[in-house]
Amino acid sequence: MTGEWLDIGAITQIAPGNARTLPVQGGDEIAVFHTLDNQFYALVNKCPHKAGPLSQGIVHGTVVTCPLHNWNISLKTGEALGGGPDELGACVPTIPLRVDAGRIYLLRAAVVGKTAA
Amino acid sequence: MNAPLDMKHVFRGGGDQERLVVIGNGMAGCRAVEEILARDPARYAVTIFGAEPRVNYNRIMLSPVLSGEKAFDEIVINDAAWYADNAVTLVSGDAVVHIDRAARTVVTRSGRVEEYDRLLIATGSDPFIIPIPGRDLAGVVTFRDLDDVERMLSAAERGGSAVVIGGGLLGLEAAHGLSLRGMAVTVIHLMPTLMERQLDEAAGWLLKAELESRGQTILTGADTAEILGEDGHVSGVRLKDGREIPASLLVMAVGIRPATALAKAAGLEVERGIVVDDHMVTSDPAVLAVGECVQHRGACYGLVAPLWDMCRALADHACDTPSGYAGSVTSTKLKVSGIDLFSAGDFSGGEGCEDIVMRDAARGLYKRVVVKDNRLIGAVLYGDTADGNWYFDMLRSGEDISAIREALIFGQAFASGGTQLDPNAAVAALSDGAEICGCNGVSKGRVVGCILGGANTLDAVRASCKASASCGSCTGLVESLLGLTLGGEVARTVKTVCKCTSFTHDDVRRLIVANAFRAIPQVMQELHWSTPDGCASCRPALNYYLLCALPGEYVDDQKSRFVNERMHANIQKDGTYSVVPRMWGGLTNPRELRAIADVVEKFNAPMVKVTGGQRLDIFGIKKEDLPAVWADLNAAGMVSGHAYGKSLRTVKTCVGSEWCRFGTQDSTGLGVQIEQMTWGSWMPHKFKIAVSGCPRNCAEATIKDFGIICVDSGYELHVGGNGGIKVRVTDVLGKVETEAQAMELCAAFIQLYREKAHYLERTAPWIERIGLEAVKAGLFDDAGAVAALAARFAYSQSFMQDDPWAKRAAGEDAELHQHLGEFRPFPAPDLELPAVLEPAA
Repeated sequence: MTGEWLDIGAITQIAPGNARTLPVQGGDEIAVFHTLDNQFYALVNKCPHKAGPLSQGIVHGTVVTCPLHNWNISLKTGEALGGGPDELGACVPTIPLRVDAGRIYLLRAAVVGKTAA
Repeated sequence: MNAPLDMKHVFRGGGDQERLVVIGNGMAGCRAVEEILARDPARYAVTIFGAEPRVNYNRIMLSPVLSGEKAFDEIVINDAAWYADNAVTLVSGDAVVHIDRAARTVVTRSGRVEEYDRLLIATGSDPFIIPIPGRDLAGVVTFRDLDDVERMLSAAERGGSAVVIGGGLLGLEAAHGLSLRGMAVTVIHLMPTLMERQLDEAAGWLLKAELESRGQTILTGADTAEILGEDGHVSGVRLKDGREIPASLLVMAVGIRPATALAKAAGLEVERGIVVDDHMVTSDPAVLAVGECVQHRGACYGLVAPLWDMCRALADHACDTPSGYAGSVTSTKLKVSGIDLFSAGDFSGGEGCEDIVMRDAARGLYKRVVVKDNRLIGAVLYGDTADGNWYFDMLRSGEDISAIREALIFGQAFASGGTQLDPNAAVAALSDGAEICGCNGVSKGRVVGCILGGANTLDAVRASCKASASCGSCTGLVESLLGLTLGGEVARTVKTVCKCTSFTHDDVRRLIVANAFRAIPQVMQELHWSTPDGCASCRPALNYYLLCALPGEYVDDQKSRFVNERMHANIQKDGTYSVVPRMWGGLTNPRELRAIADVVEKFNAPMVKVTGGQRLDIFGIKKEDLPAVWADLNAAGMVSGHAYGKSLRTVKTCVGSEWCRFGTQDSTGLGVQIEQMTWGSWMPHKFKIAVSGCPRNCAEATIKDFGIICVDSGYELHVGGNGGIKVRVTDVLGKVETEAQAMELCAAFIQLYREKAHYLERTAPWIERIGLEAVKAGLFDDAGAVAALAARFAYSQSFMQDDPWAKRAAGEDAELHQHLGEFRPFPAPDLELPAVLEPAA
C-alpha cells in the first residue's frame, strides 16, 4: 500500500459533506472531498473558471459548487457541469484515490505529476 | 497459477484419494466441500478443522438467535450426520496453528499433524477491536460467533444497559437483539450516517428515526475515547466529547478484518486478504482459499452472497473443470424485524448517472435507483424492499432498462404492466373517483371539473377545490391533470425552491413549522425531494428555515452553509479571506485600532480598507491564520462583524446630537444599542441598518433594510431600502416617540422578515413582492403582534449572541482551518520524514 499509493490519513479526518486540503510542495494544492454518500474524491483545488478553492464549496451528490461564482464541478471527472459557453470543456485535473482499511490513498504519480523532474 | 495442478501424479500416502484439508468449519469452508462433493464425491478424503467446538451453522442467522426469533438448532446447516454420511472428518475445537507448506502438513493447537495434498484456507474474518483503553475488560464482547451470542444473552438476563460501538449492519443487529432482550441500548457510531457504506444520508436518517422510536439511543458522529471499568468489569464508555454512558455490556461491532495470520505465517501472498486468482488459488498452487479471508481482484467481501460464487469456482477448479470467479456485486438487507432496508451496487452518483428518487412520507418510503448508460447500477430502498431482488437482478445482468425507465422507480408490478409507462398515462388511466388530494379529499373528477370550469393554473385549482393546497405532495398529480385536461404542457406557475423540489419557499417554510420538522434530511423525505441530498441552493435555504423555526434546538448544519458563513470570513478571488471586526455603530478606540494594526503587521495582511459600513476590513488572511487573527482581535475586546453572513451586518450612524449642530437625537447611541440587540442574528439575506440624527440623513438610512431618521419629535422608521444593483428608497413604516419604541419595532420588523421572506431575498424585493400593506398588516393588525414578534426575536437572539470567532479561536472546528497535511515529494533522505506531514493535533 506504500510506494505507488500515498497514505494521506484516516477517513475520519474529513466529515461527510466536507473537504480538506493537501498542499503539495512545488505543485498544485489538492482538495480531498467526502460526499454525503461516503465516497471520497480528490481534485486539484482550483476551479477551472477563476481558480476558486473548490475545497470551500458546498458538496451535494458528487458535485461541488465553487464558492466564488457557483460553478458546479463534477468530483468524479473534474468537469464543469453548467453547460454554458464558458463551461463547455472546462475541467480540473482529478487525482486517483482509493480508500482502504479506513485510510485514504492518492496515486503518488498523479500527486507528484507536475512537480517530479 | 491459474492452471489446475495435475495432482494425479503426486504420491499419495494412503488409498487413492487425494487428501483435502480444510481450515475453517464455517459457511465458506463447508460450502466449498459441499460443492466439491456434488461434483465428484470420491475424489477427496476431506478433513475439516474448526476452531469452534460445534458443527457448521449459518453465521448470518446469529442475529435472530440473539433476538430470540430463532434457536441455534434452526440455524445449523450441516449436522453431525452430514459429516458422517459424506465421510468428512470434522476436527472441532482444535484450531490449526501452523501450516508447513514444504512438508504439506498442518499442525493444530493440541499438536495433531495432518498431511494434505490440497489445502483449503477458509478462516473467515476476525472482528476488529478498536485499540482504546478498557478493551480487555470483562463484559466487552464482539459479535462473531455463537460464544459471543451466549455471552450477550447471559448479560441480557441480568438486564441493565448495553452500549454497541458501531452502527453498521452487525452493530445494529446486535443492538436490536439486545433491545428485544430487554436491555437499554445505546449505539455509538463514528460517522454521521448509520450504515454509511450501504445507505445514503436520506435512508440513514429514516433508519435512525425508526430505531430511536423503538427506544434505542443512537449517537452518530460519536467517537469513543475509553471503555470504563469497575473491578475488572465494564461499567460504561466515555466519548471524546466527554459524555459518559453507563453500560454493563459493551459490544464492539466496528468491522471485520480478513483472518490472514496463518496464511501470512506460511509465506503465502497476503495483502488485505489472502490473494487468490479467479480459481481461488493462492500463490501456492496446492493451497486454495475462499470466503471472507481472501482478496480477489483487489476486493475483500464481508457478505455471504459472494461465498456461493467463490465456492462454485473453487469446486470447478478442484475437480478439473475450471470455470473462474469474476467478482461479485453485493447487496445488503438489514435483518431487523419490521425494518425493510435494501442496498445494492453503486449509488455514489456522478457523470452520466441519473438518480431517480421516490419518497412517500405517509408510508415512510424512500426509494432511489441510479441509472447510467441505460443500465441500473445502484439501488437503495427503505420501507419497502419488495422490489429489491428485481432491481438486484437488473443490476447484475446489466440489462438495458431504457424501455421501462420512466416506470423503473415504481417497481416491478408497475414497470411490467407494459402499457402505462408514461406517468401522465398512469394519471390519465385513473378513474374519476380516484383520490388526488388526500388532505382535502379531492377526487380526480372534481379536479378535472375545476380545470374545465376555468381553473387553468395550479393556484386556481388550489383556490377552487383545495387540491394540493395543504401538504402539496399531490402537486405533480394536479399538474399532470392540468396538462391532460388543457392539452400540452402547462407552464409552471409556481417558482420552486430549486430543481430538487416542487415546493415553493412559502410551502417549505409553512410545512416546516406546521409539521415541526427538525432536520434537513427529514424535510427532504417528508416533502418528497427528488434528489438524495439536495443542492447548493436548497441546502442553505433549509438550514436557515430550520434555524429560524427552532431557535436553540436546531443544530446548525455547517456543510449546508456557504463558505463565508462556514469560515466566518469573506472569501476573496485568490482564496484568502478578509476579516471585519465589529465596530459598534462605527465607533472605535485606540485599543481596537492598535489591535487591528498589530494583526495587519503580524499576519502580513496586504491591505486594510474602510468599508461602506463604517468598519475596517483586513484583507489577505489565509484560512489557517484565521483562528489566530480572531484570538488577537478578541483579546482587544472585538467580536465578529458578520460581514460575511446572511445576517445583521452593521448599524451605520452619524454623530447626532452629541456633536452635530443639526443633530436632534443621540443617533450614535441608539445605533450602538440597536447593533447590540441585533448582532449575531441569521437572516434570509444580509441586513443593514442605519440611524441618522436629522433629516439630512448622513448615515444614508433611506437605502437600508431598516433605517431610522431622528427628528425633534421622535423617530421616523423606514424599511426596505437598498443601495445595490437596483437602488430602492425605503418605505416609511411609521413614526414613534421613544428609543424603546424604535427598538421594539426594529426587532419586530426583523423577526417578520426572518419568518416570512424567502431565503436570499433582501427586504427590498420582499416588500415589493408582498406589498408594504402586508408588512404593516403583519405588524399592526393584531395589537399584540409587535410585542410578540419582538419577543420571538429576543428569544432567538438569546442563543445567537455567542461570538463565533471566540469559539474558533478556542479550537472549535479546527479541521476547517487546517490542511490534511502537506505533501513534500522530495523529503530530505537523512531526516526520514514521512512524505505526508500530518498537522499537530
